Amino acid sequence: MIELRDVTLTYPDGDGIVTAINGASLTVQPGAITAITGPSGSGKSSLLAAASTLISPQGGSVLIDGVVASGHSRSETALLRREKIGIVFQQPNLIASLTALEQLELMGHLGSTSTARSRSETRVKATELLAAVGLDGKAHKRPNVLSGGERQRVNIARAFMNDPAVFVVDEPTSSLDQERGSAIIELIIALTRSRNVATLLVTHDRTHLPLMDAVLTMVDGNLSVHREAAADDEEWMLVDS
Amino acid sequence: MFVAWRDLGFARGRFALIASVVLLITLLVGFLGGLTQGLANANISAVTPFEADRVVLAEPAEGKTLSFTDSRVSEQAATEWAAASGVEAVEPLGIVVSRVTAANDQEQTASLFGVDSSFTSISPDQEIPTEPGTVILSERSQEALKVQVGDQINVFGDSFTVAGVSRDAQYSHTGVIWMPLTDWQSTVAKQTASPAPFATALIVQGVPTDAAALDAQAKTVSNPVLLSLMAIESFKSEIGSLAMMLGLLLGISALVIGAFFTVWTIQRSKEIAVLKALGASTSSLVRDALGQAFVVLVIGVGLGIGLTIAAGAALPAAVPFVISPLTTLVPGIAMVVLGLIGAAFALGSVLKADPLTALNASNS
Repeated sequence: MIELRDVTLTYPDGDGIVTAINGASLTVQPGAITAITGPSGSGKSSLLAAASTLISPQGGSVLIDGVVASGHSRSETALLRREKIGIVFQQPNLIASLTALEQLELMGHLGSTSTARSRSETRVKATELLAAVGLDGKAHKRPNVLSGGERQRVNIARAFMNDPAVFVVDEPTSSLDQERGSAIIELIIALTRSRNVATLLVTHDRTHLPLMDAVLTMVDGNLSVHREAAADDEEWMLVDS
Repeated sequence: MFVAWRDLGFARGRFALIASVVLLITLLVGFLGGLTQGLANANISAVTPFEADRVVLAEPAEGKTLSFTDSRVSEQAATEWAAASGVEAVEPLGIVVSRVTAANDQEQTASLFGVDSSFTSISPDQEIPTEPGTVILSERSQEALKVQVGDQINVFGDSFTVAGVSRDAQYSHTGVIWMPLTDWQSTVAKQTASPAPFATALIVQGVPTDAAALDAQAKTVSNPVLLSLMAIESFKSEIGSLAMMLGLLLGISALVIGAFFTVWTIQRSKEIAVLKALGASTSSLVRDALGQAFVVLVIGVGLGIGLTIAAGAALPAAVPFVISPLTTLVPGIAMVVLGLIGAAFALGSVLKADPLTALNASNS
């Protein structure tokens, strides 16, 4: 589960201060997927950065699987991210020198010492995840020979390597066509359900919002609209525009 | 080292380039080191086998530096040293450079070392002349003069019988000829047309209780054997300039390695931010960066040492070049250590990389 309680984040801006997040609160339960939408510059990315512990908010708290994310050292925060949070970046951000399989195996080598999982277990798990995202035939391909959709699938599979409790996804379809974008969203939803993770997804793409369990809208740092997915899609679209 | 190993294979062209630079610098350092050691041997190989606690030279005149060439130790000074508390034995040593001619008209400029027949302050493999009018040649002098044991050589009008040929010993780039101290004293007297000096130096066994007071009383300057070598002018000047070149080369190699890895790390800064965002610990990133530099350095230095040894073995014997752990392994290890220090400067980029930037990064 991921929980944000009254989170406030400000940035210095010249002589003044910009409030990126203004007392935002939300909860995402395991197996559920919550989308955050809103116009550019509304604070969505800042909210995602706070939720994924990449930035510490000045006010409020972020709880990842019941653990308060603030007040830790940099190495403790890195450990929390490594063990509890799967991040899917807007761009795949794959490591150029690694094959698809190695991008996943990498997750077992990020700590000061290798994880308890053995090398063969890591390989089995990585192979299984690549198969789950439909890339079983591309395990030994490097990013430069994979398509945009395939790279994004590797990005998603990598986020699940360490069995995270929380899945944070940033605009996963922004650089994909409609067909591939839909396939990626369906994959994220399927993995959220099958692996019972709490998924927080930032998107501009309204097409897939009816598939979400909850939709929040961010405007000028305020998480102003919160509605269940069963409600009428047109309603939130009016708010967002 | 998970990413580091794969980067080495993926960007092998770039890493081969920097390894080649390391190789060439190692080759240069190895050559310079071998030459330095070779030249040093040509200067001091007759002195380094002395088994003594101190070498005593005459106090230099006002405005002059301590020098074997100018040193003239008196018999009085030898007596004072021998009587000093803590001193076990004092043996006089005479050194002079002279022109030597063989009966076959071969000539050589040699260093004449005068010692008593009882001289013991040297490694046992060095033969010492026991009879007046005899000399022991170093291998180099024998080769130059083309003489055998029993042949005659002429030194400043006096004939000497070659009584033996001992190990190769050189002093100030000349071959050494050992002769009895009394013969040495008369040769110098003739050569300089002045009263015979007692000796050039005293070779002392035992450590005097108060060396400074003894030096002041006997008007001498005493040093351990290795430190006394700095009183050989040619050795001091050659070693000084070559050591400076070696130091500069090692410094340059550290800078080159540091510059390469700084550029490489800056190129990877987005990737490092992504790794941090994924939860990479700083220690694992530092280990990766330094491990990568270590591998490149070991390959470059290893190949450089191999080439130095091969090239050194192919050099003509006349070239004063020495291949030893001191001229290959020691500078090699120094290259690796300094290279790692250079690479460590690139770690600032690793430590500063902000994982937040990964959210907006657009890698592959």
